[in-house]
Amino acid sequence: MDKSLIRNFCIVAHIDHGKSTLADRIIEKTGLLTAREMQEQVLDNMELERERGITIKSQAVRTVYKANDGKEYIFNLIDTPGHVDFNYEVSRSLAACDGAILVVDAAQGVEAQTLANVYLALDHNLDVFPVINKIDLPSAEPQRVKDEIEDVIGIEAQDAPLISAKNGIGIDEVLEAIVNKIPAPSGDETAPLQALIFDSLYDSYKGVIVFVRVMNGTVKKGTKIKMMATGASEEVVEVGIFGAGRFIPCEELSAGMVGYITASIKTLSETEVGDTVTEADNPCAEPLPGYKKVQPVVYCGVYPADSAKYEDLKEALEKLQLNDASLFYEPETSLALGFGFRCGFLGLLHLDIIQERLEREYDLDLVTTAPSVVYKVYKTDGTVIDLTNPSNLPDPSEIEYMEEPIVNAEIMVTKDFVGSIMELCQQRRGRYISMEYIEAGRALIKYELPLNEIIYDFFDALKSRSRGYASFDYDLKGYEKSSLVKLDILINKEQVDALSFIVHSDSAYERGRRMCEKLKDEIPRHLFEIPIQACVGGRVIARETVKAMRKDVLAKCYGGDITRKKKLLEKQKEGKKRMRQVGSVEIPQSAFMSVLKLDDDN
Amino acid sequence: MNNNTSELYIHIPFCVKKCLYCDFLSFASDDKVKEKYIDALCEELMFIGKERCNTSLSSVFIGGGTPSVLPAELIVRVMECVKENFTLNGEAEVTIECNPGTVDEEKMRAYFGCGINRISFGLQSVHDEELKKLGRIHTFNDFLNSYDAAVKAGFTNINVDLMSDIPGQSVDSWNRTLKTICELKPAPTHISAYSLIVEEGTPFADMAEEGKLDIPDEDTDREMYHMTSKILSEYGYERYEISNYAKEGHECRHNLGYWTGVTYYGAGLGAASYYEGCRFTNTSELPVYMDDPIDSFKLDEKLTNADRMSEYMILGLRLTKGVSITEFKERFCRNLSDVYGREIERFKAEGLLAEEDDMLHLTEQGLDLANFVMQAFI
Repeated sequence: MDKSLIRNFCIVAHIDHGKSTLADRIIEKTGLLTAREMQEQVLDNMELERERGITIKSQAVRTVYKANDGKEYIFNLIDTPGHVDFNYEVSRSLAACDGAILVVDAAQGVEAQTLANVYLALDHNLDVFPVINKIDLPSAEPQRVKDEIEDVIGIEAQDAPLISAKNGIGIDEVLEAIVNKIPAPSGDETAPLQALIFDSLYDSYKGVIVFVRVMNGTVKKGTKIKMMATGASEEVVEVGIFGAGRFIPCEELSAGMVGYITASIKTLSETEVGDTVTEADNPCAEPLPGYKKVQPVVYCGVYPADSAKYEDLKEALEKLQLNDASLFYEPETSLALGFGFRCGFLGLLHLDIIQERLEREYDLDLVTTAPSVVYKVYKTDGTVIDLTNPSNLPDPSEIEYMEEPIVNAEIMVTKDFVGSIMELCQQRRGRYISMEYIEAGRALIKYELPLNEIIYDFFDALKSRSRGYASFDYDLKGYEKSSLVKLDILINKEQVDALSFIVHSDSAYERGRRMCEKLKDEIPRHLFEIPIQACVGGRVIARETVKAMRKDVLAKCYGGDITRKKKLLEKQKEGKKRMRQVGSVEIPQSAFMSVLKLDDDN
Repeated sequence: MNNNTSELYIHIPFCVKKCLYCDFLSFASDDKVKEKYIDALCEELMFIGKERCNTSLSSVFIGGGTPSVLPAELIVRVMECVKENFTLNGEAEVTIECNPGTVDEEKMRAYFGCGINRISFGLQSVHDEELKKLGRIHTFNDFLNSYDAAVKAGFTNINVDLMSDIPGQSVDSWNRTLKTICELKPAPTHISAYSLIVEEGTPFADMAEEGKLDIPDEDTDREMYHMTSKILSEYGYERYEISNYAKEGHECRHNLGYWTGVTYYGAGLGAASYYEGCRFTNTSELPVYMDDPIDSFKLDEKLTNADRMSEYMILGLRLTKGVSITEFKERFCRNLSDVYGREIERFKAEGLLAEEDDMLHLTEQGLDLANFVMQAFI
């Protein structure tokens, strides 16, 4: 394979600036196969693939472009997940590329994610060239945006293609720019194999399909490969390239190429993103840089609403994990919620996705507890615990100190909202780092924020305080010592484990008060009065009371009312069934998530 | 209850104007529509009578809406039709609902003359500002005139509907309402005292949503509620159902029928029937009903034996005397304790149910929390 005819690239953009539309246009405007491949009847193989019903989840696609210079170029377009939860995956996808197209909205200009993604691409030594999208919008200001890109990001933008991905304007120019501005891959086909894993998926027929970018060397059927970080070793069954929506087997993958490897690997945990594939008998000297073991950032308890569905939930989690190695789970028991799982996620979006899939694809009714970040607990005996479940916090007397995760946050907002955004960051215990005004009255505000202050509803609060204009990005900075306490909730004098959470001591009172208020609304009246108390270290810091039920009666019930009133009673009774009994109190399942909604009123 | 008799409900869906809290099927209409409606109604009554072989009736209840907005001769026509097609028991209770301000002595005489023997007045309050808040069209003085007309026409069995929890109402004003009515000369034989229910789809529901409904707080509500039975009993009215009070022997027989599982036929728009273990409802669409008053009903539910036991409990427990343990066994060939023993024991322990002689009944607290108890029997 002639490396000079390969272009490996990705598209980076702020959300909604048109990344996937441009990708679609590029795929449409280019061919699936080279003239030579056509003759080799690759199509037959493809039919076979079609029969097996395997389709690529489009993490990468290979197309063929006949350029103005008359040559056929291979384009490998590698998709990058668009959310901060998946930053590590994004960085590995970028590492598999040699260049990037930066899409910027001609009306909105540079946004927080634009910056974050460009810097990430530049960090990986990618050559980045900008395109200005949506130029046919009435509000488009291409010249202003070009200037902004040069001022803010510092990359040449005057000859950026002006396009409308939606209406197919300027796409040819983009294709030529890919050929001319993105470098061809380097690498040595004869060196020992060194390939970067940037994704993998599980297929029940082929086992794990590993997505790789070959940096050096060559891999083909029969090669004995080894994953350098996990140590897994197998013989290659098949290698191939990514057709649009198809796996197309080929002879070999050599330096500079992007493709897939199958090798009867049973689980995704053996093929971690970022790991290096090498030859078992002739390994490369060093693994590729940048590999990290992915650790969940957010944990929460996931319980079946109907405790009889525990096994179903377990099975569903097993299945989901087959295709999502970053999902972590282990069994856990709660006094209030019974048997369930403590699950770990890359972030709140990841949590949402998994929860939604469990509910929709596996038809499960779930109760989830408030998400928690991972705290480091330094004990007096010198040991350190990674605390993922607030209930497991050791006795305060055994704790020397605790640390919480901190993120570097970048918020971009028009100057009118700077005040209220900074106020929000201060409220969330943010540490001000810097603010710079960039072109046209927009500011880039940098803060260090504790992760546990942003996992619940920070994004919503940000949007509502900026009328939707603020954009936000963050990455984990590390751990810092912090004054943290466990807030316990007692309902009718009994502690409800599933409602405990860790909070900064300064916000404990406020949070406790709101939690009590919220629970007061959530818990139905009983025959007796129910005290709801928030406690820190056994000391009550807030209290509310659910008054005893005094009236629950239908004043009228005559001949025409009977059917309707019976239904009303049935509904009330149904509602009761979905409650959890804690001591003598019945708690609705929604109460366990109420901590998530503490800031509703903001 | 005698199983061989049945009851007849006749619905008149017309009103001068709909009240702000009302979720009954009613609306304003012109005279032509009213007349045509009565034609359709009589057709349906004739059919039911034939179908049921002139079944004998222990009670007839003409409700609404406001039946008294109709010209007297239309009500007389309805009654003639009833008498032609059914057999009225000698002591049958025949009630008509009237709104103050819509009746005079002449109308009352016409009612009395055609066999109606009980009047039910929808008064709600003796305070004009409260009546206004409810969106009612009459004053207290209108009521006094109407009441007087009924008495003069010969009626001795009269009910007055009263309402607590009216927006802006105080304990004092409720007290006044109760006492004023009890002290009428002659005093009514029956009082229905409801607390206001804000029903979905009513203007009150919208107002409540917007926070514009100034309903008495819980403590006031409870005080009024408990005061009701106390004051009424001082005046000789005994509470026999959650919201109903009567002088001895004047319990509303028609309504007692609903709570004890008696067969009833409903005629008219949206009217409900219960016979042969099934509940039916007529259409609520006026044009549909007028087009075919006989065949515009639908089956709501067919009761299984379990449903019937459950209804026996939830309806029977509305009565202060409660349900008879012996009668339960006679009806269903099962011991009450075998079917609901666990629930009953629980509620007894919580002080919501009590058993005396053969009767299982709600306690005072149980009456306040009737839904909570009844759910267990669903």
